[in-house]
Formats: sequence, C-alpha cells, structure tokens
Amino acid sequence: MNILDLTVKELSGAIAKKELNSVEITQAYLDAIEADHKNPKPINAYISVLSDLAIQSAKKADERIAKGNATPLTGIPVAIKDNMNIKGYPTTCGSDILTGYDTTYNAFVVEKLIGEHGMIPLGKANMDEFAMGSSTETSFYGITRNPYDRDRIPGGSSGGSAAAVAGKLAPAALGSDTGGSIRQPASLCGVVGLKPTYGTVSRYGLVAFASSLDQIGPLTHTVDDARMIFEALSAYDPKDSTSLDFQRKPMSLTGDIKGMKIGIPKEYFLDGMDKDVESVINATIKKLEDKGAKMVDISLPHTEYAVPTYYIVATAEASSNLERYDGVKYGKRDMDAKFLSDMYVRTRSGGFGEEVKRRIMLGTYVLSAGYYDAYYMKALKVRTLIKRDFEKAFEKTDAILTPVSPTPAFKIGEKTDDPIAMYLSDIFTISVNLAGIPAVSVPAGMTSAGLPIGAQVIGNLLAEETILNIAKAIEL
Amino acid sequence: MPEIGLKDVENTAKLAKLEFTGAEKEKFAGQFSKIVKFVEKISELNTDDIPPTTHAVEKRNVIREDSVGESMPIDVFEKTAPKALDRSIVVPRVIEH
Repeated sequence: MNILDLTVKELSGAIAKKELNSVEITQAYLDAIEADHKNPKPINAYISVLSDLAIQSAKKADERIAKGNATPLTGIPVAIKDNMNIKGYPTTCGSDILTGYDTTYNAFVVEKLIGEHGMIPLGKANMDEFAMGSSTETSFYGITRNPYDRDRIPGGSSGGSAAAVAGKLAPAALGSDTGGSIRQPASLCGVVGLKPTYGTVSRYGLVAFASSLDQIGPLTHTVDDARMIFEALSAYDPKDSTSLDFQRKPMSLTGDIKGMKIGIPKEYFLDGMDKDVESVINATIKKLEDKGAKMVDISLPHTEYAVPTYYIVATAEASSNLERYDGVKYGKRDMDAKFLSDMYVRTRSGGFGEEVKRRIMLGTYVLSAGYYDAYYMKALKVRTLIKRDFEKAFEKTDAILTPVSPTPAFKIGEKTDDPIAMYLSDIFTISVNLAGIPAVSVPAGMTSAGLPIGAQVIGNLLAEETILNIAKAIEL
Repeated sequence: MPEIGLKDVENTAKLAKLEFTGAEKEKFAGQFSKIVKFVEKISELNTDDIPPTTHAVEKRNVIREDSVGESMPIDVFEKTAPKALDRSIVVPRVIEH
C-alpha cells in the first residue's frame, strides 16, 4: 500500500483499522515534499512547510486515536492555502508586503480542521499574490508547476493547493475562491474543488480580497473526500458577520441522479471553443443522460457581462481591503521614509507586486468621485441581473453543467503580459461568485496530450448535496 | 468615457497611496485604458429599475450584546509591528515641513 495513493476516506479507514498511524502518513508526505524540492523542475506547491508542527500534531493525533475519541479526519494531513492563519506561523498571501508577519490567531477553518478534528497541517500552499491571478505566477515566492506537465501552470489562485493534491504532496487542501480560484486550478490539475455557498464557511482568519465574493472550500482527490472536509468546515461563526446561521444536515452521496433536471446554458458553449474541452463536456452530458438525468436547454443571458462586472466589484473591494497594508501594524515597512505619508507610499509601492497594484488602481479608479455611479454602482446592478439569471434557471432545473475553464492548463508565461487574456481564464467560474451560489469542479476527462479537464456543476443556494451527487455520478 | 492618460494614472495612484516610475506609468496607462474599456461593456445594459446587489446572500445587520470580551494583549501588537516602544507603535513624523 502506497500511502501517497490513498484518498482521505481510505486513509481514515486505514487509521481506524490500525493499518497506518498518523506519524507514518505525515512522514510519508513530508518526505515527498522534500523529494520534490530536489527535482530540477519542482512542483513547488508550498510557500512554507511546517515539518515540526506536523509531526508534533501527528503524535497528538495518534494519542487521540488510541484513546478512541478521534473523528474520521483525525491524523490526516492537509495543506492550507497561505491566506489562512495558523497561529504563530507566517501568513504571506504570496506577497512580500507580509514578510516578517507571524499570525496571532487561528482562522476559523484551521480551528475546525486542525483544532477540533486533529488534521495535520503539512504547510502553507502557494498562491497568486493576495489571490489575484489565475495561474499562481504572481506569487512572490515563485511559480508552482502543474504535476501533469511541469512546463504548464497549475491554475490559480489556489494553484499550490491543487498541485499539492494532484502531485501527491497532500491528500487534501484548503483553497479560497473569489472568482474561480478553487475550481479553475482543480480543473487544470485533475482534482475535485468545491466552492460552497457564500456564508456556509466562515472567513474569519482568511485574508480578505473581495469580501462579498470570497469563500473557502476543499480540494481533494474524490467527491466523497470533498464532502468530508466541507462538512467539517461548514458551521455558523459569530466572528464572521456574513456567516449563515442554519441547521446543517449530514449529506448522503449516492451518485443516484435519476430524474434530475440539469441545465445546459447556451452562453457557455460558443463557436470556437477548445475542442478538447468541448468533447469532454459533451461526453459528460452523455454520461449523465445514461444515468437517468434529463438535460434542459437554458439561457443565462448576462453571462458576457460577468467578467467586466467582477473586475469592478472585486477590485473595488480589494482596493479598500488592501488599504490596511501600510507598514504601520504588521509586515514589511520601508524604514527609510522620513514622514508618515511617505512611509505609506514607499511601503506599498515596494511591497505589492504588479498585478496587485494594477487591481488596487482599477478599484480605486472605479470608486473615485465622478466614476462611482458609472462603474461601481452600475456593476452592482448588473450583479443583480446575473443573480436573477440563475434564479430563473433554477426554477426549472436542479443544477447546471458547464466547463470550468475555457482551455486546459496553459504554458508558464503564456498570459503574463496580457492581463485581459488572464482575466478571461475565469469566464465560466466568475458568475457563481457574483450570485453567491455553490459550484464544484470534478475531473471529467483528459486532452490527447494528457492534461486534465474538469466539469463544473453549479447549484442553487445551499444545494451542495445536489451538486456533489451529480459530481459523484460524473466521477463514477 | 475618456481615454486614460498619465494624469489619470497619477491621480489614481495618489488616492491609492502608490507611486510609479515614469516607465511604469507609461506601461500602466496603456494597460489601464484597455482594462477600463473592457469593463465598460456593462454600460450597454439598461439598469434603471434594477436594485444593486451588495451581498449575494441577503442578511440583515448582525449585532451582538455590548458586553466586554477578551482583547488581544498589547504585547502581541508590539511584536507584530515593525517598530514599537513602551506599548506603542512607532511611526515616522506625521507633520511634514
């Protein structure tokens, strides 16, 4: 039995049967991460590896398992995207501006998985700087490579999380998704990635990018693993004012989709779309029909406005959220500045990377006097139209099936000089964040060159069980 | 909408507390014009009677009891701040002359 080949569920079973213990599992992953560092083309999934903390936590988990008060997740390692706090350790957000910052509290999700369930934190996963990117190329800590082709990007912004799972450097990972940042890398790396309903998972201790869009979720090998981790994460948290307070029920995933109505939006299937993506999605439709689901043609007419709307709303929120990085309270400071106002400007100009500055500038511009109504307010109204498109679609469907990414993983450096081309990588994922609804990316096929392609299943608010069931039918 | 020029880049940078070198400004103005033109697509839509969405999942204002809880100890902030002295965060001079 190779530990690195096992899913979370299989690891959990092996621990329960005393075939494996947490220290063995954790050590196997730490060895794999170290071996990757010696590869001439490393995956580089992690910004920091927490070896000591991991082994220490694994020993504690084994004691807990021996005492018989473990949960199915106890002792299983997990990678945490480096925009979520683990108390006492750095959170860099892939940015130089947070150099020197050691966090002072645990994120809610860390408290849940590591504190409550006894999962093992292997390390902090690489990401685009402040989660702004679709390729993990904007990280101050270097690029992450796609395990399927090391000259290609893993997607982003949770590229480290997706590559860690795909490259067998973690059995599961946490990511965050503002415009597709869990689903797009999951698709490009051939793993499952769930963006839950806005408000189901607390954002406390997640570094804010665009607060009305950000949501944390799992990246795993299987749909069942995604369910296990999502159920552990989903809880009401009074520390996040947008956390939803409702009765959460355990899910049952059978993969039985007989009689389900699945919407196929015409706006997501355009002439000239990538042939590999098209044939994988068509094969997925066929598979779902064979399993008894009924496909329904639908229209989401405002789809073409989603990316422009997103880049107004998300950058406006980001320009406000990122004001806090001023060199005063934490992170890096330009020590040569003579006056306070200079210190702000010099710290920020030196500490932020190019893409982050571009987005702060756009956000500042769309919020500035004279432009607020034409851009920001207008975008909030178009957001309503996009949301209504989905509400209407869910009147006659149980879920919607679309591609995740317009193309398979692209080459490193291919889009770095063209911001708009990069922004369009998220064309199929962004609407979901604007509407707040859940969606999952599930591996659905491969290109002839062996690159993974995912399918996206989108559900109505709180319909995680429905979309995971459909994802399971795709996976089986 | 107007073309974005160097002046707009400078004004926006000032508001955003950022500065750019001459070459960066040139590159930026070009990219910025393209991005603004790209997002301007939404002006095609008539949204006269459409209310704005600020949060996808509607929730009323969240309040809590006004009771005293635990605060983060000051020495924690002293440790995370780039410069601190006697329970205070030290910054450069505020008044310029």
